[in-house]
Amino acid sequence: MSAAAKTPALPGGDAIARKGWLVAHKWLLLRRCSQLGILALFLIGPWFGVWIVKGNLASSLTLDMLPLTDPYIFVQMLAAGFLPATTAVIGALIVLVFYLLVGGRVFCSWVCPVNMITDAAAWLRRRLNIKANHPPPAATRYWFLAGTLVAAFVTGALAWEWLNPVAIAHRGLIFGMGAGVWFLVIVFIYDLLFAQRGWCGHLCPMGAFYSLLGKTALLRVAAPLRAECNDCMDCFAVCPEPQVIRPALKKVGQESPVILGSLCTTCGRCIDVCGQKVFRLSHRFDQRSSS
Amino acid sequence: MTAVKPSTPAPETPKQPSPARRKFLAGMAGAAGGGCLMALGVGLYAKQNRALAAQALRPPGALPEDEFLAACTRCGLCVRDCVAAVNRPVLKLAVPGDPVPTGTPYFIARENPCEMCEDIPCIAPCPTGALDPKLTDIAEARMGLAVLIDHETCLNFLGLRCDVCYRVCPVIDKAITLDMQHNTRSDRHAMLLPTVHSEFCTGCGKCEEACVLEEAAIKVLPRPLAQGKLGQHYRKGWEEREKHGGSLIGDQLELPVRGLEGKRYGDTRVNEGDAPPPADDVPAFKPNGIDSEWKP
Repeated sequence: MSAAAKTPALPGGDAIARKGWLVAHKWLLLRRCSQLGILALFLIGPWFGVWIVKGNLASSLTLDMLPLTDPYIFVQMLAAGFLPATTAVIGALIVLVFYLLVGGRVFCSWVCPVNMITDAAAWLRRRLNIKANHPPPAATRYWFLAGTLVAAFVTGALAWEWLNPVAIAHRGLIFGMGAGVWFLVIVFIYDLLFAQRGWCGHLCPMGAFYSLLGKTALLRVAAPLRAECNDCMDCFAVCPEPQVIRPALKKVGQESPVILGSLCTTCGRCIDVCGQKVFRLSHRFDQRSSS
Repeated sequence: MTAVKPSTPAPETPKQPSPARRKFLAGMAGAAGGGCLMALGVGLYAKQNRALAAQALRPPGALPEDEFLAACTRCGLCVRDCVAAVNRPVLKLAVPGDPVPTGTPYFIARENPCEMCEDIPCIAPCPTGALDPKLTDIAEARMGLAVLIDHETCLNFLGLRCDVCYRVCPVIDKAITLDMQHNTRSDRHAMLLPTVHSEFCTGCGKCEEACVLEEAAIKVLPRPLAQGKLGQHYRKGWEEREKHGGSLIGDQLELPVRGLEGKRYGDTRVNEGDAPPPADDVPAFKPNGIDSEWKP
């Protein structure tokens, strides 16, 4: 296709040439539909008066009957010394079980509104060929996660929710952004100029929390046709957590062709950009493999 | 490369530390330091910003501010049902930059006071209990306390009959009464002073909204700001006496006072003939001069 011809160096060019643009963007488009669709569910209430979902990602009420509460906020509440009422307990349990089944970081790539911002930064980074990259250690996010809980414990308040860009972004879009927009600008600039996938991949304590829910995820990306891999590295280039691919694709420390790393966000972008059709969305126990 | 967990201990190696291990440990220390800094920064920021601006009032049934900040998820469900019920943007969620902890619900009395809906629609949807569902009677709500702050500009204090705050009060004649006082300036009129009673004031803010001055003379403040607190040990004699059904110390011992025999105890008024006539050698009163020449 013309886009591929113009920019052959960009990852996914081969896939577009072989599979066509639409198939080579299938999961990306589905993901955007999911992100925007969920946002739309929250927004048609305040915009058009059609109340399907009320609230925001912290806590919401769907069709006046399904309560949902973010388990990360729930844990912060417990750390702050407050035991919430039953509705929040039920809501947090529902969300918890859901993400334990599908994989915690599915939240990051299919729901979180900040993902579109950091994806845009990553995309622009590739386009502008920005090389500067000083990411903090990958474990920083877990320390941040612990830090947010310590802060909640010490202050007796949901301290992190004052600053959490994810909460600010989602609440801002629905209830009004205020100066919160600058938090998002900072995240974008940090990801664009200072560290590749710096926020989502290294710092975000919310992502760290949800990755802890990914140990038992049933929904996983697998590389059943890993023998076909031609080492083009496109999947590594687009993957927000490139370290999770290697064990499954190159049999490093595991035989299974399933990407088991709990940091995998199941975004499916590797499936899109692979011209060899190595990857597919599968389940945890899928052992089918060409090699 | 796999993600390193914070708790993973470095493997024991008796040999020289490898550069990789050194790098790993350095990275780990950096991350741990980052985590500590993060906890410190976030904690300090939260401590600094937890103060609620004096004009910002919490919805009815809100837990005490300290607890509220641990309990509120900042989801805005209360805001939705409030606005749907009264059709005015009374409750709103604070955005970064507002003088209220980010994301938490509040209202400004002067702009949009609480309508005191009887079914309290804002409490029902709260998933965590940050707005206490035990509050079922809106008259029991204590969102703040009206204080007639400025006695110098309040029209009633100037002797006029404005009375607007009194008239709009949903708990009229209980939360706000008009107390009559003599107008010493004109010396012939009464002043009817709006007086707030904390026992009944819900803090809805109607009075502050309605105040006709350019800047309201009556303001609704968060209760901890508006109210004093007696020491725990303090007892009001008249209340104790009533509780006890009589004086707690019994009848007082009455000692005779010389020269006042035959008068009621405590009556020290000097009547005609009570005192001896003035002596002749007392010099007459001279109002001017440093030494009046009076000697005892």
